Amino acid sequence: MNSVVCISHVPDTESRIKVGADGRRIDETGLKFIVSPYDEYALEEAIRQKEKSGGDVTVLTFGPERASQALRECLARGATKALHVKGESGDADALGIAKVLAAAIKTVPHDVVFFGKQGVGTDNGLVGPMVAEVLGYPQVNVVTHLEVGDGKLTATREIEGAEEVIEAQLPAVITAQKGLNEPRYASLKGIMAAKKIAIDTKSVADLGLSDSDIFNQRVVFVSVELPPEKSGGRKIDGSDPAAAAQEILKYIREEAKAL
Amino acid sequence: MAGVLVFCEVKDGKIKKASREALSIGRKLAESAGGDLVALANDKSVAEEAGRYGAKKLYVANISDYSTEGYTAALKQACEEAKPSVLLFAGTSNGRDLAPRIGARLDAGVASDVDQLSWTDGKLRARRPVYSGKAFATVEVTSTPAIATTRPNAFPAEEAGGGATEVSEVSAPADAKAKLLETKAPEAGELTIAEADIIVSGGRGLKEGPNFSYIRDLAHAIGGAVGASRATVDAGWIDHQHQVGQTGRVVSPNLYIAAGISGAIQHLAGMSSSKHIVAINKDPEAPIFRVADLGIVGDLFQVLPALTEEVKKAKAH
Repeated sequence: MNSVVCISHVPDTESRIKVGADGRRIDETGLKFIVSPYDEYALEEAIRQKEKSGGDVTVLTFGPERASQALRECLARGATKALHVKGESGDADALGIAKVLAAAIKTVPHDVVFFGKQGVGTDNGLVGPMVAEVLGYPQVNVVTHLEVGDGKLTATREIEGAEEVIEAQLPAVITAQKGLNEPRYASLKGIMAAKKIAIDTKSVADLGLSDSDIFNQRVVFVSVELPPEKSGGRKIDGSDPAAAAQEILKYIREEAKAL
Repeated sequence: MAGVLVFCEVKDGKIKKASREALSIGRKLAESAGGDLVALANDKSVAEEAGRYGAKKLYVANISDYSTEGYTAALKQACEEAKPSVLLFAGTSNGRDLAPRIGARLDAGVASDVDQLSWTDGKLRARRPVYSGKAFATVEVTSTPAIATTRPNAFPAEEAGGGATEVSEVSAPADAKAKLLETKAPEAGELTIAEADIIVSGGRGLKEGPNFSYIRDLAHAIGGAVGASRATVDAGWIDHQHQVGQTGRVVSPNLYIAAGISGAIQHLAGMSSSKHIVAINKDPEAPIFRVADLGIVGDLFQVLPALTEEVKKAKAH
């Protein structure tokens, strides 16, 4: 079974976010970028499928030069091939990115296309299902359990307070939720082996796509702002639990009006 | 006739609250954009309820089990008829599954998980959290239709005083490539954090997994959902569905009670837009107190049971 895992390269979740000079984007200066956390579950699942039934795990990203680091990291964990479509993905909206990824996926053998359920950055959660639509594949979103075999997959999908088990024909798109597996760390051997694998690169034009379609701006950033700093409210001593409980109850009733 | 089309999810013969919220903001957008509010659901018995929220027409798709492909086809047909300027979904599991799929089919832009919406200069303007709530982006969706998913609890659900609405059937082909095999029932009585009005959350201060009973008891008494910090989920004390924050859910309930949570940046990002925040923590310097409206410096093992008793007494009256 062959897999493609689409990777987004996002600021470390520990980062403090600053607004850039144009007021429309964040300031990337000094930010450490990582493989988006949900993509790690996607990658791990693809590697496990490969270990079970062979085939290739191709990691794919669309992004600027720095995104190669993310692919390198994935190769060190066990991906077997890497494809970097170079371009300013930050200037494309989710559908623009999806069209690039879909065109790139077609150049690589695949049965399952994996995504994280969302990039921990712009947090759109749009690209996976959009790629599924562009390719005409079925999709299962927010997956916590997966079985693949016999031309189809069976995936458990998390919904509000319940789970759905869905069967889909291959090829199919899966978006991974935390809990799907426990991702491994890169081993020293893996890191050394990864150095020998060349990252294939392509441009948007190489994929036969026009900039005007990809950077079409169906969604335009007007501004980015930080949430207002909360000053912190009242802080009271809770050494008398009964008095503290009554104070909380009063707040819940009178201010939150929740009882 | 341009206007606003809202996808409505139905549970037990009623429109889900998150969808009623989307209908309510949809009606306001339709007023400023010009045109009617219309809705799509899989149950024609909700036509009257949709009418009360201002819908002039209800498109009905004959779909019983949720199907991405079926609803996408039904929505496309409704869009061809109604030609809406705006297409809205509640930001539930199904809304988040469908919005990008129909967006790609119609070559339209989508704004996800928005908490403010307006029709400004002839375009849909939306505010949405990015970097898990560490920043907010204001975006313009320039396509027709402009698509958005609304964050549950961010918009009030308000009836408009309308009545019975016209019903129109749309065809929905069965999904050939994917099918629902089984729905596993939820744990009895557990509310989910995504849509809850009240969340009671526990952190590492609980010391060990079984002590989540302190959180559950209060959540049960007050009628809220159980939330959790990442540390407790990673420690295996509670299922990931309960995790609030980055790599969990960004939530905006009316009331958020945090007990034994120090307030890592990833957690604060996920809950600081809650309308009322109460924090209970032993450490007076805990960062959670910076976002709390009411902070209790004290022992959660004493304060929580006392509060649970007070709530039970208050409810009994």
